[in-house]
Amino acid sequence: MTNFAHIAFYLAGAVAVLATVLAITRLVAVHALLYLIVSLLAVAVDFYIMGAPLLAALEVIIYAGAIVVLFVFVVMMLNLGTQARETERLWLTGRAWIGPAILSALLLAELIYLILRPPLLGSLSGVTSPKQIAIALYGPYVLGVELASMLLLGALVGACHLGRSSLSETEVQR
Amino acid sequence: MTAIPMADGLILGAILFSLGLAGLLLRRNLLFILVSIEIMLNGAGVAFVAAGSRWGQPDGEVLFLFILAAAAAEVSVGLALLLRYFHRRQTLDAESMSETRG
Repeated sequence: MTNFAHIAFYLAGAVAVLATVLAITRLVAVHALLYLIVSLLAVAVDFYIMGAPLLAALEVIIYAGAIVVLFVFVVMMLNLGTQARETERLWLTGRAWIGPAILSALLLAELIYLILRPPLLGSLSGVTSPKQIAIALYGPYVLGVELASMLLLGALVGACHLGRSSLSETEVQR
Repeated sequence: MTAIPMADGLILGAILFSLGLAGLLLRRNLLFILVSIEIMLNGAGVAFVAAGSRWGQPDGEVLFLFILAAAAAEVSVGLALLLRYFHRRQTLDAESMSETRG
């Protein structure tokens, strides 16, 4: 079973590296974002095998679920033109989905196998529980949490300011 | 029962980091530059988690949470700047930024 965990780790790592290589070499932004999502999911599988289930969930929820969705929103906003429908038709060709679909099917098979073998997670040494992380986060690292919250507040105010001024600029141009 | 060797996790993080660096240097599209920065931050996070799981301490994972917060802040401000630049210039070419003043 240990061998299987190692094989799963290296397989997910290979998927992550391959998807990242494909992500930085795509010409169409949406294709690159699809490969980026697959790469993040593969890294999440690796986190799970390395004994960090909370971070695996956070990788999927925040990285693949929030940050990449921001990129997708921006790509959608940049293509608001008369040719938007034509580019949509180009993007929806089946060939663009084959690569990410194969890679994420590989990850899905791996994940199902990991779920069907419940003693695997406990057998690995050093699984950190969310409780441990929370105790460390609000114990010795509480100053870092405060700084991160101020950083996020600054980013919120900055993004709000930049977004609003760019909107009013386009309204003036119209 | 042996865990994953720490060196392998560190190597994976290093590969992801250098792939992001290569993308950052090779691409001239501002959107792809931001994507490459995300990949680099993710590679650094993999290295932190690998080292944290080696010692069985939660510190590496706490640092990954901080990386997550920094990545979210960076990408929101970066994308807002990118939208503003696109509205002004109608392009995402980083080369055209050499003409900016101030």
